[in-house]
Amino acid sequence: MKSARILFNNKTLDVTINEQDQVVTQQGDVLADGSFTWLPPCEGKMFVLAINYADHAAELSFKAPEEPLVFLKNKNSLIGHDQNTYRPDNVDYMHYECELVVVIGKEAKNVSKEDAMNYVGGYTVGNDYAIRDYLENYYRPNLRVKSRDTCTPIGPYLVDAKDIKDPHNLMLRTYINGELKQEGNTKDLVFNIPHLIAYLSDIMTLTPGDMIFTGTPEGLADVKPGDVVTTEVEGVGVLKNTIISETEYLKTI
Amino acid sequence: MLTTFGNKKMFHYRQKESNEVVFKTANASFEIRLDNSMLPPTSGSVIGVALNNKALAKSLEQAFNEKPHVQPPKTPVLHIKTDNTHIGYASSIKVPTDKGAVYAGPSLGIVIGKTATRVDTNNALDFIQGFTVVNEVSLAETSFYRPAVKAKCRDTFCPIGPWTVDKTAVSHPNNLSIKTFINDTFVHETNTDQLIHSVEEIVSYISSFMTLEAGDIIIAGTPERTPELEIKPGDSVMIDIEGVGRLANPVEQE
Repeated sequence: MKSARILFNNKTLDVTINEQDQVVTQQGDVLADGSFTWLPPCEGKMFVLAINYADHAAELSFKAPEEPLVFLKNKNSLIGHDQNTYRPDNVDYMHYECELVVVIGKEAKNVSKEDAMNYVGGYTVGNDYAIRDYLENYYRPNLRVKSRDTCTPIGPYLVDAKDIKDPHNLMLRTYINGELKQEGNTKDLVFNIPHLIAYLSDIMTLTPGDMIFTGTPEGLADVKPGDVVTTEVEGVGVLKNTIISETEYLKTI
Repeated sequence: MLTTFGNKKMFHYRQKESNEVVFKTANASFEIRLDNSMLPPTSGSVIGVALNNKALAKSLEQAFNEKPHVQPPKTPVLHIKTDNTHIGYASSIKVPTDKGAVYAGPSLGIVIGKTATRVDTNNALDFIQGFTVVNEVSLAETSFYRPAVKAKCRDTFCPIGPWTVDKTAVSHPNNLSIKTFINDTFVHETNTDQLIHSVEEIVSYISSFMTLEAGDIIIAGTPERTPELEIKPGDSVMIDIEGVGRLANPVEQE
């Protein structure tokens, strides 16, 4: 089963997605594409893994870490499928990061790796944009790089955990304007999903809706206003996003 | 004692009543029944500003110029206190016994009153509802290079409250005495005049790339975690901010 959240006639609705990939309301109405706005399909804490693919670690000239390297994002950065992300004017390098997002399904504290998969509610696709110009060596990657308004597209929908047979063997792909730029597979995660849930739930209580962005493989590239960025996780979804300039963005707020 | 200003309700708080969350207001602090039914005064995001204290920054001057930091911070250093850390007045701070020392983190809390995007320092106060007291509890930090999730995001590590006091009752937010008492003994004093980035600068900076919403709280800045601020199971820790309120919490073993 696939579930999503949309804005329709100024109301927030929880909906499902049918076999034909159409949005269906709780009353059973099928909504036409373009008649609604996609919202993030979940809300909760946002954990993101840095350098959690060995090849990406090499790309950034880092040794893969000995324990998960986790940072947090704030909800201000979240946007849904088919929305705009703004690139600040006068920066040199803004890149996407295609990621499998694990969404917690029930409260988890001190969960063992063996039990961890029972706490997964579902999966979705996340794009964890970064503005590398703003990197500083304090709580790196700092919030100015990662937790910016519009910089975390997520969705389009949540896929139930039981519908993904092996989350550790899914292809990830990113396209800019239709051209393949990034490719990887979740089998190459340095710390796999049970490890991450056990690690985080040892520190704190996880609650339903919490998101774990599991990291991105190699293949980063700069994105410019006008680019259409498509991040895809096999069997989980295709998340589309358009880059706009800061000037354009300021006209919308 | 905190004062009443005409008919305007000065104190805003939340309480748990038979498993429901109830929003309340009061004209004077003595009208509020203080017990462990108190919740943090809002349920928004809580963003902290680290290293925002003059003496603390001075003590780290050398480390700031060495690897891995290489140079001092160019912008305010931010972190997030996740929702599992937020507790209200009189709830217990639960400390682990195998992670080293645990420290209280006395700070002014800035409560956002309305949506703030790209706010100028000159009108930052227009976007602030008022102020609260925050105890930004933390394990010791030996480096500021990587995000402090393990040190700062344990359950119960962010008492907030007891209320939000309206900003009109706080005439000088950048000059407020902050006193910490452990087991009723006065152990530490700081002042918001020790902040490197002022209340207005913090709101302006954060809102330059993160939209703040009504109910979001910013932890303005904590002092150096000196041994006087260490808290242990069995302690009671109280933080008193001049004109804002007193936040008291017992400490127990996790």
